[in-house]
Amino acid sequence: MTEQIVTKNLKFEYEQEDEQKVLVIKDMNIKINKGEFVAILGHNGSGKSTLAKHFNAILLPTQGAVFVDGIDTCTPNQLFNIRKKVGMVFQNPDNQIVATIVEEDVAFALENLGVEPKEIRKRVKEALESVEMYQFKDHAPHQLSGGQKQRVAIAGILAMRPECIVLDEPTAMLDPRGRKEVLDTIIDLNARYSTTVALITHYMDEAAKADRIIVVDHGEVIMEGKPSEVFSHVEKLKEIGLDVPQVTELCYNLRKEGIDIPDDIITEEECIQALEKLLQNA
Amino acid sequence: MLRDITLGQYFIGNSVIHRIDPRMKILLTIAFITMLFIVKNFIGFAVAIVFVFAVIFLSKIPLKLVVKGVKPIVPLIIFTSLLNMFFISGKTLFEIGFLKITVEGLNLAIFMSVRIILLIMGTSMLTYTTSPIALTDAIERLLNPLKKIKFPAHEMAMMMTIALRFIPTLIEETDKIMSAQKARGADLESGNLIQRAKALIPILIPLFVSAFMRAGELAMAMECRCYQGGQGRTRMRELHYSKLDVYSAIIMAISIVLIVLINIFVPTII
Amino acid sequence: MSAMIKVENLTHIYSKDTPFEKAAIKDVNLEIEEGEFVGVIGHTGSGKSTLIQHLNGLLKPDSGKIYIDGQDIWENKKNIRQVRFNVGLVFQYPEYQLFEETVAKDIAFGPTNMGLSQDEINERVEQAIEFVGLSRDLLQKSPFELSGGQKRRVAIAGVIAMRPKVLILDEPTAGLDPKGRDRILSQIKDYHKRTGSTILLVSHSMEDIAKFANKALVMNESKLFAYDTVENIFKQSDSISKMGLSVPQITKVFDKLSEKGYFTNENIYTVKYATDLLLKHLKKEEQ
Repeated sequence: MTEQIVTKNLKFEYEQEDEQKVLVIKDMNIKINKGEFVAILGHNGSGKSTLAKHFNAILLPTQGAVFVDGIDTCTPNQLFNIRKKVGMVFQNPDNQIVATIVEEDVAFALENLGVEPKEIRKRVKEALESVEMYQFKDHAPHQLSGGQKQRVAIAGILAMRPECIVLDEPTAMLDPRGRKEVLDTIIDLNARYSTTVALITHYMDEAAKADRIIVVDHGEVIMEGKPSEVFSHVEKLKEIGLDVPQVTELCYNLRKEGIDIPDDIITEEECIQALEKLLQNA
Repeated sequence: MLRDITLGQYFIGNSVIHRIDPRMKILLTIAFITMLFIVKNFIGFAVAIVFVFAVIFLSKIPLKLVVKGVKPIVPLIIFTSLLNMFFISGKTLFEIGFLKITVEGLNLAIFMSVRIILLIMGTSMLTYTTSPIALTDAIERLLNPLKKIKFPAHEMAMMMTIALRFIPTLIEETDKIMSAQKARGADLESGNLIQRAKALIPILIPLFVSAFMRAGELAMAMECRCYQGGQGRTRMRELHYSKLDVYSAIIMAISIVLIVLINIFVPTII
Repeated sequence: MSAMIKVENLTHIYSKDTPFEKAAIKDVNLEIEEGEFVGVIGHTGSGKSTLIQHLNGLLKPDSGKIYIDGQDIWENKKNIRQVRFNVGLVFQYPEYQLFEETVAKDIAFGPTNMGLSQDEINERVEQAIEFVGLSRDLLQKSPFELSGGQKRRVAIAGVIAMRPKVLILDEPTAGLDPKGRDRILSQIKDYHKRTGSTILLVSHSMEDIAKFANKALVMNESKLFAYDTVENIFKQSDSISKMGLSVPQITKVFDKLSEKGYFTNENIYTVKYATDLLLKHLKKEEQ
């Protein structure tokens, strides 16, 4: 498997106004493979957003290095190449849409890169179609719902045809309907186009859909693995201020009371099956 | 409520006027303004009036709407008319006490009023028939030659686009902050001028804080999309002058020539 | 006993007399008793925000009446500010309303507008900051130096300091991490217990409503769909799902189990209750 993003002993600190240094990332070694869907969990201030900003050279390491598709993000003449490869979507959709018309906004990155007008049109159409927003191409952003705006923001990144898309809490400001729209879009991109996805989130049900979860706390990776593995550490997750899906918590509670139920249940279906089996045998 | 304000004043359509290239429309508007200032008598105005109404008719924008656009400047028109009527010396038409209305004054008052009204109606046709984005785009391209003398044409257009994009967002935000402060008992409606100005502080500070935060986030999002200023930038929307643009320029030229001729053969008013 | 909040035939129309005219809420009738903890549910555009902004007089009804503690709030227009002190409303992302130089001054904004004495204001500020679980050391700091979660709590304290009879919170946990969500909700629950005031909590999280509220109010397509106990509301998980809302995950699991013939008479919406129920059932079988 080829690696999309690698961090080697990544350390990041910044200086405050009073010249005090704040250490945000201590010593991180992570790998994200091409085509993988990775969720990054951690509470506010755990360093997960800072980590994500290293993935496309918005921030550069204080020590250590970050490689995107084998390229060191500190290589100055590779900056745009890196940002083309790794696109980034932020929390507030309102603050990342530049133009007054959906179509124009999606074209923004391509215009910046000096792509031919004809090719821009083609790619804008393609990008809007892949997030199912093509019929809104002539709308003004403020006429759209939160979920729709966020999908436009994703299309604006997709137009660059990135290999990887990093999403920093893209659903935090959305209602349940918008959250579902955006999450479905992300899963679809990963499945259909094998786009590598790094999703930073607070929602455990979203993380449960990933191939792998990386849990970050105090600037360090403290857990890593398949969702079922990570969520089986209910106590530890709660300790660092995170949660687990309700079904996982239920099974955990039962297991603690001596009931024989698997410890890797993270979806409703799995839970229903396990409970049914228990109840049948009882 | 604030959010009911419609901004941009653009009316979607596909009329002949809508289809004129935005660059040409800006140039035509400048020519139109020049035309209005060349006019020296009422017969000249007749040409200008026919011109404006023909444009309105072709654009399929309801006349009512265009007239409504003149409303806000009615006080200004009345004020200048009064000044002209009473303070221009000449042949007295009639007197009320110490106030004298002269023929010259009355003529000038009507003349200036017609000029202002036509000016507003004609120039508003530009914004009514051109989308804000096409306008900024056109301005950027028209100013492009000035880049040679280091004029920041791209940056200006980018600023205008971002301003247009964020106006609705900030209006909504202002609305929200006002409601939130009212919920804490802020009194925005009563008091004298100073009290009212003070009452704005709880609204303006949060608005500025949030605008700066938005600006920071937007800058980062733009960086992620490889923004590096106007250098090497292409545009999705290509602008091409068409036959329509040539025709419209010819019609404008004929109108101006006509007015110049009228000026020569008919006595001037001012 | 008369109800704390009474809404009679309330209708509100947006952009009236324009082509965009749209009823935001239609003919809502509602009575909420003093001391209730009510979860307010409904997706975006259902009318729930419009409804809560009527309760403290930020919006004026196009028709219908609103009574707070037996008093018609629009009877005397001049008293509408008094209504806002009685019905505290915490907006979504309330940290964006902070503006003062210090936390203390910001919390004092409401009480100062009430015209209270300086001693009374100071006392309220200190009590309010304690209610939201922040240290008094923060009082002299600038609100803009605080973390996101702290700012949010300062903003909530600013409304609590008015000591409203009714406290309405519009998605107070939006955008926070699980720990932050839990902390704010527990503090609200605690505040409810200690003051006995009526609380309306708008939330998209059915899990949170199930955990904290005892009544639930469901808005759908500009109308009041139901106002009932949380238990009775989640019994109708079918109609709630149809509205595009979700019931707690645990409820979904037990709905499926009841289809298969287990726990058909039970109504489960918290993990704790589900655990107890399953344990009782499974352990009994064991013995």
